[in-house]
Amino acid sequence: MSLSVTSEEVTTRVGAICDGLAGLEGPLLPILHEVQEEFGFIPEGALQTIAKKLNLSRAEVHGVASFYHDFRTEKPGRHVIKICRAEACQAMGADELGNHAKRKLKVDWSETTANHNVTLEPVFCLGLCACAPAAMVDGKVVGRVSKDRLDHILNEVES
Amino acid sequence: MSLVTEIDYGTPAVKSEKTVTLNIDGFDVTVPEGTSVMRASMEAGIEIPKLCATDMVDAFGSCRLCLVEIEGRRGTPSSCTTPVSEGMVVHTQNDRLKKLRRGVMELYISDHPLDCLTCAANGDCELQDMAGAVGLRDVRYGYEGENHVKTRQNGEENPRYMAKDESNPYFTYDPSKCIVCSRCVRACEEVQGTFALTIEGRGFESRVSPGMHEDFLSSECVSCGACVQACPTATLQEKSIIDIGQPEHSVVTTCAYCGVGCSFKAEMRGDELVRMVPYKDGKANRGHSCVKGRFAYGYASHQDRILNPMIRENVNDPWREVSWEEALTYTANKFRSLQEKYGRESIGGITSSRCTNEETFLVQKLIRAGFGNNNVDTCARVCHSPTGYGLKTTFGTSAGTQDFDSVEQTDVVIVIGANPTDGHPVFASRLKKRLRAGAKLIVIDPRRIDLVRSPHIEAAAHLPLRPGSNVAVLTALAHVIVTEDLYDEAFIREKCDWSEFEDWAAFVADAKNSPEEVEKISGVPADEIRKAARIFATGGNGAIYYGLGVTEHSQGSTTVMAIANLAMATGNIGRPGVGVNPLRGQNNVQGSCDMGSFPHELPGYRHISDDGTRDIFEKLWGVKLNDEPGLRIPNMLDAAVDGTFRGIYIQGEDILQSDPDTKHVAAGLAAMECVVVHDLFLNETANYAHVFLPGSTFLEKDGTFTNAERRINRVRRVMKPKNGYADWEVTQNLARAMGLDWNYTHPSQIMDEIAATTPSFAGVSYDLLEREGSVQWPCNEKAPTGTPVMHIGGFVRGKGKFVVTEYVATDEKTGPRFPLLLTTGRILSQYNVGAQTRRTQNSVWHEEDLLEIHPHDAEQRGIRDGDWIRLASRSGETTLRTKITDRVAPGVVYTTFHHPGTQANVITTDFTDWATNCPEYKVTAVQVSASNGPTEWQVEYDEQAKQSRRILPAPDAAE
Repeated sequence: MSLSVTSEEVTTRVGAICDGLAGLEGPLLPILHEVQEEFGFIPEGALQTIAKKLNLSRAEVHGVASFYHDFRTEKPGRHVIKICRAEACQAMGADELGNHAKRKLKVDWSETTANHNVTLEPVFCLGLCACAPAAMVDGKVVGRVSKDRLDHILNEVES
Repeated sequence: MSLVTEIDYGTPAVKSEKTVTLNIDGFDVTVPEGTSVMRASMEAGIEIPKLCATDMVDAFGSCRLCLVEIEGRRGTPSSCTTPVSEGMVVHTQNDRLKKLRRGVMELYISDHPLDCLTCAANGDCELQDMAGAVGLRDVRYGYEGENHVKTRQNGEENPRYMAKDESNPYFTYDPSKCIVCSRCVRACEEVQGTFALTIEGRGFESRVSPGMHEDFLSSECVSCGACVQACPTATLQEKSIIDIGQPEHSVVTTCAYCGVGCSFKAEMRGDELVRMVPYKDGKANRGHSCVKGRFAYGYASHQDRILNPMIRENVNDPWREVSWEEALTYTANKFRSLQEKYGRESIGGITSSRCTNEETFLVQKLIRAGFGNNNVDTCARVCHSPTGYGLKTTFGTSAGTQDFDSVEQTDVVIVIGANPTDGHPVFASRLKKRLRAGAKLIVIDPRRIDLVRSPHIEAAAHLPLRPGSNVAVLTALAHVIVTEDLYDEAFIREKCDWSEFEDWAAFVADAKNSPEEVEKISGVPADEIRKAARIFATGGNGAIYYGLGVTEHSQGSTTVMAIANLAMATGNIGRPGVGVNPLRGQNNVQGSCDMGSFPHELPGYRHISDDGTRDIFEKLWGVKLNDEPGLRIPNMLDAAVDGTFRGIYIQGEDILQSDPDTKHVAAGLAAMECVVVHDLFLNETANYAHVFLPGSTFLEKDGTFTNAERRINRVRRVMKPKNGYADWEVTQNLARAMGLDWNYTHPSQIMDEIAATTPSFAGVSYDLLEREGSVQWPCNEKAPTGTPVMHIGGFVRGKGKFVVTEYVATDEKTGPRFPLLLTTGRILSQYNVGAQTRRTQNSVWHEEDLLEIHPHDAEQRGIRDGDWIRLASRSGETTLRTKITDRVAPGVVYTTFHHPGTQANVITTDFTDWATNCPEYKVTAVQVSASNGPTEWQVEYDEQAKQSRRILPAPDAAE
C-alpha cells in the first residue's frame, strides 16, 4: 500500500489547515503542529503553501520549521520513541540506554527501522529529571527507563 | 584621492525632539532620546567593538562583543540594544569587558578559517578588525573541534562543511566563513524587504539559508546586494573583489539607470572599477541599491562598445572608422548642405534622458542656436511628457511635488500604472518599509504586481482595471469622494479656485461617473472603487505615485490631471507625506525636460514664443532664436517620410526600439540623408545611421542628473572616456565644426550658464552641490538650498486648478480579429531597451521577453506555458514565448520590451496622447496564436541589423 500523498493533496490539505488557523495571533507554529499531526511529518511543498497563505517568504517559514527538531521532514515509523539525552538522564545512564535501543532496533539516532515500525529520536529534556532516565513513547512520557523496561516497551510496540 | 569611508554608528538614527545627556568614558554626550548607547558612543568618537550591529538595520544583540558596564546596573548589557537615559554613566573599556570580549572572539575564531592573507575581504573584514580591537592573541579551544571550516575532519568528510554557492553572477556565499551574525538576513528584511534569507537550524547548526536551503539564484533573492554590503566577513562577497582585490580610492557619483537617482561610491583600483557601493548620505536611496545600480555596470567595458567614430555614405555599406575630426567635419558639412538645399528646418536633434543636464542643455543649444530652428525633442516625449503638461496645468510646475523621504510620513499610498518593485526598486523598498509599519496601499493596475501581495505587504485594495480606463476609474474615485462629502473643503477654499472646483465637483458627481457605471467600462467592481476612495480620503496623509501606466495612453495628460484633482480634493498637497509623485523612467528624464528639450520650451519650461525668455538666451548666445515651436519626434519622422526633414543628431537614445510603431520609425529614418547616432553601442537606430559618434558612460564624465524628486545629483568622472571625449565635449566639437564659438572647459561652466538663464536653477552651482551633496529645484534666492516639498502654503501657479476629466475611450479597440489587450512594462533585472543590462550578467534573470497570458485565454488558444506564439496587432506582428499566469486578467496580455529580437514595438500603434503626442504603449488590441518561430519581419530585421553592423577593418590592417 502506498502511503505517499500527491503534491496537490498536500496543497489542499495544508491550505485548509492554514485557512482554519490563519486568524490566530502568530499562526505559523500552530499550523506547523497541525500539519505534522495531519501527515505525521511536514510533507514537501507544505512550507511553500503555508508561506503563500500567510504571506510570508519561503525562507521565513523554512527558518521556523528547521529551528524545531520536532518538525520532521520524513514520514516516521508507526511508533516514535524518544530517549532523553540531557544532563540528568545522561548521569543516570541514558547513553547506555540509547546505545541499547540503537542496537536492538538496528538504527541510529533519528532513523526508522527497516519495517517502518519504530523511529528512534533523541530529545533534550522531557522535564522528568527526577525520574531519569526518561523517554517518550508515542507522546507519553515514561520514567526510570531501565534496559529491561525499554525491552518491554520495544516488545509492546513490535507486537 | 582616498577611499570614502562612512562611519558605521551601529544602530539607526532616532528621530526625537527630546535629547538626553549621558557620560561615556568620561565624556558627556547629548543625543536624541531612544538612541542606543552604541550610537551615542560612536557620536562621541568612541567605537565600541561590534559584529552583529550595523546602522542600516535595527539592533539585534547577538554577538555579545559590544558589552559595556553601566554604573548602577547589574551585569554587562549589550550597548546596541540598550537605549540611553539621562545621567547614565557608561564604561566601554575595562579589564572585565576586555576579558569577556576576548572570550567571545576566541569562540568565533575557533570556527573560522585562518586564511586572512588570501581572503578576498582582507583589509575590509570586521571580524579581522575586531580580533585586532580586542587584542586576540590565542585561541584556547584550538581548531580541531567540530567546525564548519574544514572539508574533511578526522579523515572523514565533515558533514557541517558547505561548499561555496556561486550561483549568483555577482557575489558568492561561502558558508565556511559565516559567523551567523544575521546581518544579511536583517538587511534583506529591513532594508530591501524581500525576506529571501533566514537562519535555518539552531545552535551550532545555524546557517544562513537563501529560501528553503536553496542556492541564491533559485531563491527569492532579487540580488539587490544589501546582504553583501551588510556582511562583516567574506561570506557574502562581490565576485569583482575576489577577481580584482580591494579598492584603493572611491568617488561618489550617481547611478545612470532609473529615475530614483541613487548615490553610489564608485570604488576603484587605479582606473578599474571594483564595485559600486550605495552611499548612505545619498538622499534618494539612503544607502540602498538594486541589482542594476550596484552590479550591472559591466556594459561600460563591454566588447560591443564602439570607441572610434565611423561614417558611411549609404546605410547598406559597412562602417568605416575615421578620426574624430573627419567624422565631425563630415557631419557639419552634411548638415549645412542639407539646410542649404532643403531649408533651415530640414534638420533637428534628439536629446537624451540618459545623458547629463549639461549635455542635454548643449544639444538643445546646438539645435536652437546652431541649427537655427527648434526641432529638438527628447525621449521624455514617449514617457512623461503628459506629466509635464498635466502638472503644469493644475499645479504650475512640471514635476513631482515631494522628495522620497516623504514616503516615511505617508499613511495611504495609491500606486497607479507603476510597478515599483521592478521599475524603481529602491523606492519600492522604502515604500514597503513604510507599508510594513502600517501605511495602507491601493494599487490601480491591470496586472497583479508584486506590491499587491508579497511577503509582509498586502494592498488594502487592488483595482485591476482594463487597460485604457484610467480616467474613468480615477473620476469614479472622485465621484465617491465628492458625493460622500469626503473632500477637504477648507484646503480647497484656501488653495484652489473654488468655482472651478464646483464645476468639477458637479461633473464628477454625475451618475455616469459613478463606480457602478464605471464598472462597466473598467471591469473593476464598484464596491472596490468605493472602498479605495474611502480609504484614500479618510486615511490621513495620502500620496499618489504613478508611472508610465498613467502617461502612455491616449488620455495620458487627462489621467495626470485626474490624479492632481484627487490630491487637491483631499487636501493632499503641500506638506511631507502627501503629494503627486511621478516615478520617472530614466535617470535624467526630469533633467532633460528641465533643460529645454521640448520643441516649444526653453530651459525651465518657458515657452519659446515668450519674448522675454528668448531675449535672455539671445543676448547670451548672440543669435536670433526662432519663436515658433519646432517638430516633435513623430512629426520629424512624418516630415522625413514626406521628404522635408533630412538630417538628425540623436544623442543617447534608441528610437527605433523604444518608440512605437517600429516600421514607421524605420521608414522615417531610412528616408533621411544624414542620421547621426551618438551612443555607446551600435544600437538599433544605428542600423539606419550614416555617422556614428561613440559616447561615454556615466563613469567617464562630470555632470549632473536630476531624479524624479527634482534632486540635482552630481555625476563624477572616475575614469577617462574610453572613446576619448565625454559626450558634452563631442557636442561642443560638433558645434565648433558647425562654426559656433563654444569654449567650455568643464561642465560646471555649463551649469553656470543654466543657472544664469533659468530662474528655478538660479542658485545651483557645482560649489553648492559639493557643499550640500545635492539640491532639489527650485533652488534660488527664495530657497537657497533647494525645495524638498513643493506648493507649501500655496500652488506655484497661484490657485490650484481643477480640470474636468471626461473619459474618452481610445480608438484602439478590441474586436473579433484582435480580441485581447496588450500592455507593456519592465522587469527588475533589465532596463528599458536593454542596451546596457543585456550586456551584463543580469540576463541570467531575464534572457528574453515573455508574453504573460491568463490560463483561460491560453487554453482557448491551445497554448501551453513556454510555447512560441505569434502576437499580432493592426500595426504588425512578432513572435515570442508565453508565460501562463493569473497575474494578468482574462482578456489582457503583457510583455516587456527589453530585447530587440522581440521588437514589442512592432506591435504598438501610433495612437498618442492628445496633448503631448506621448505614444499609447499601454493599450494595443492584439491576437495571440500558436507559432513555430520568428516572423518574416524578425528574420528580415535580424539580417538587416547584421548587415548594417559590419565595420571595415582599419585601413593599415587591410593593407
